[in-house]
Amino acid sequence: MADLTTRFLGIESPNPFWLASAPPTDKEYNVRRAFEAGWGGVVWKTLGAEGPPVVNVNGPRYGVLHGPDRRVLGLNNIELITDRDLETNLEEMARVKADYPDRALIASIMVPCEEAAWKAILPRVAETNADGIELNFGCPHGMSERGMGSAVGQVPEYIEMVARWCKQYYDRPVIVKLTPNITDIRKPAEAARRGGADAVSLINTINSITAVDLDRMAPEPTIDGKGSHGGYCGPAVKPIALSMVSEIARAEATRGMPISGIGGITTWRDAAEFMVLGAGTVQVCTAAMTYGFRIVEELCAGLSDWMDEEGYRSTADFVGAAVPNVTDWKNLNLNYVAKARIDQSLCIKCGRCYTACEDTSHQAIAMTPDRVFEVIDAECVACNLCVDVCPVESCIDMVPMAPGSLDPRTGRVVSGEHGDWTTHPNNPMAQAAE
Amino acid sequence: MPAQPQTGPIAGRLPAETLAANFADLHPPLSAHEARVAADRCYFCHDAPCVTACPTSIDIPLFIREIQAGRPETAAREIFEANILGGICARVCPTEVLCEGACVREAAEGKPVEIGLLQRHATDSLMARQGHPFTRAAPTGRRVAVVGAGPAGLACAHRLARYGHEVVIYEGAPKPGGLNEYGIAAYKAVDDFAAREAAWIMGIGGIEVRHGQWLGREVTLEALRAEYDAVFLGIGLSGVNDLVVENPALEGVHDAVTFISALRQTRDLTTLPIGREVVVIGGGMTAIDCAVQARALGAESVTLVYRRGRDRMGASRWEQDLAAQRGVRLLFEAAPVALEGEGRLTGVVFERMAEGPEGLRPTGERFTLPADQMFRAVGQRIGETSGVETAHGKVVTQGCGRTTMDKVWAGGDCAAGGDDLTVTAVAQGRDAAEDIHGSLTE
Repeated sequence: MADLTTRFLGIESPNPFWLASAPPTDKEYNVRRAFEAGWGGVVWKTLGAEGPPVVNVNGPRYGVLHGPDRRVLGLNNIELITDRDLETNLEEMARVKADYPDRALIASIMVPCEEAAWKAILPRVAETNADGIELNFGCPHGMSERGMGSAVGQVPEYIEMVARWCKQYYDRPVIVKLTPNITDIRKPAEAARRGGADAVSLINTINSITAVDLDRMAPEPTIDGKGSHGGYCGPAVKPIALSMVSEIARAEATRGMPISGIGGITTWRDAAEFMVLGAGTVQVCTAAMTYGFRIVEELCAGLSDWMDEEGYRSTADFVGAAVPNVTDWKNLNLNYVAKARIDQSLCIKCGRCYTACEDTSHQAIAMTPDRVFEVIDAECVACNLCVDVCPVESCIDMVPMAPGSLDPRTGRVVSGEHGDWTTHPNNPMAQAAE
Repeated sequence: MPAQPQTGPIAGRLPAETLAANFADLHPPLSAHEARVAADRCYFCHDAPCVTACPTSIDIPLFIREIQAGRPETAAREIFEANILGGICARVCPTEVLCEGACVREAAEGKPVEIGLLQRHATDSLMARQGHPFTRAAPTGRRVAVVGAGPAGLACAHRLARYGHEVVIYEGAPKPGGLNEYGIAAYKAVDDFAAREAAWIMGIGGIEVRHGQWLGREVTLEALRAEYDAVFLGIGLSGVNDLVVENPALEGVHDAVTFISALRQTRDLTTLPIGREVVVIGGGMTAIDCAVQARALGAESVTLVYRRGRDRMGASRWEQDLAAQRGVRLLFEAAPVALEGEGRLTGVVFERMAEGPEGLRPTGERFTLPADQMFRAVGQRIGETSGVETAHGKVVTQGCGRTTMDKVWAGGDCAAGGDDLTVTAVAQGRDAAEDIHGSLTE
């Protein structure tokens, strides 16, 4: 069993799996049970300023996107930050941290963009002995209408300003949680770094309407006939989150900045993918809300087995390992030529590859009267659509052509040299090869 | 000590509750959620093999996609457009050798998409609604006689009625439905489905059914040709093949079709007599339906004996397995040669057969099965055809069911070219209707 112990911003946790700040971490009862189940850390449900607690709707808070057999693919929510009073939360956090000193306990905070508000709450949080704080600049619903959450995360200057206050009034690690509801995720990350934040966590949820009730003509979840956009999360958002994590991991201005990855992590493999793109820890919510705390056993066992197989001794061995291979389109090798190959022994003759290619792509698959499907190399651009729609794993492969062979589609000999857009003759901006 | 089970066909071998369980729906319907999950397994194949395998060419991937998208009733309209008897076909089709046998997931993992059950889900949904999904065209004033209210006749009549023609169905039996009503196992069409379906089909309007009208007896083809613009014969196979054995005239020897028909029309199955040791002779669907139902009624042992090997059986492997699961013993390569008993049947003498290049050959080796009841299910043959040309025991047809007699079409089991399946009969009835419509509107 590989050792999953993870150090992130100096905070040690027995594994990289933290529960994200969300309904599962709203109170002592849940967090204790999560720690008993084996979670390495918890980001406590976001605390608000002292005073009357926020109120939530009393109708449905969640909407869902189902896959086959009602598998939860995406969840959205319109729940606000904790609706319990600050004092109660702080007392509970202190007790839990005292009882679980080996686990990471992070306090998520969302108070107005005023120095006094942050100055007031930070010492209170520090007293709980929490390992650090996470600034909730992400939630896109409700609180954002009051100038908090994603309303802050969408303005890099505010991020920088608040991060600076936090570093000034709090002496433990500060993580800035980013909203994906923005055009360029690197900008808020840069601002966080400028403000002195120790790390970023992402992604928070995405503005969404999961469905529309066609009888009531109202978005879901529907409260008394009306609906409001909620924050979307779960497996469906993972590709968006992976991309955003990788952008921050590889950008010059933010390179090396610790990242806590969030967004649809459901299995150990999802977690590993976030980590090789630069996440030092990962945070989980929807999977826990769907299946319960016990999934952490699968996360730990799967990641550990994979590490053993690959020879990784610690999570630090592979965090960021795939970042060098994330690049801009312009750097992709245009001389690389592949062709689809159908393994006839695996083909079940459904013809999906044929339809997809014939109707929507390059007409590069031929069908015989007895339903044998063959690739027409002279038409195949290796787009991969046939692979993607084929129901049989490994039935269709993209096989690279050997340098020196003739591509029947272009009539050109496949080059063994790298050649990309930056030097391509069709590119008016091409830099001449030296 | 319990009393020894009595010999001889007697009623009430099993209590009513056991009979109810034994004759319950063979394939219980899918719930809405089960249907969505089952539908999701369909790959929406290009030029789908299941459609090719369906004699009525139902657009199976499309209707399954409609179920998956939450529109079972839309799916049902798609089905009924091709096959107005899609409800019974969903229940009785040997899907394992038709659509599901051709499903790519059968090839891939031995688990086809449950097309039959999905079709039932869709058709049940729509049929549960009030009204009829199709509208009859304006009356054309043309009149067509349909002889036989079985699957072929009903499919033909419905399609003609849709076109606005006036249809009169002449049926000998007191109820419509043909084999669906009288000739298949009860657990395949529970809750009076065949009768309900026939009534639902009539909902299109423009179809009159006259019962007690047997061709050649109460009604003649000559008279029909004179009175109507066209005649469709969907008369099925009314004759029963005989078995040549020594000592055939014993009590306890019956035709399987008579037994099944009586069973189907019996409201209280505790009143239906069944033997203690039953032998069924034959290898087709009727033999299987007879044997399984004999067991279900409480026969202590049921042995189905087929003269050829298992692979030659008309009943599919799935049906054979069903029989075996229900406690029917299957014996192959043995033919009955004599019946034993004095007045009443006590046993059946068989001779082992061997199948060689020259065909089936008796080996001379004999054995006897004790039996107090025997059912013959060795095939049926065409009955009265009133002068329509036949060959090899079937009405000769060409194209879409045209017989060699002017103005007369034929389809279903009585006509050549089918597989004696409900679904084939539907296809032939439908196609003949299209051809009749074409000839009437030329």
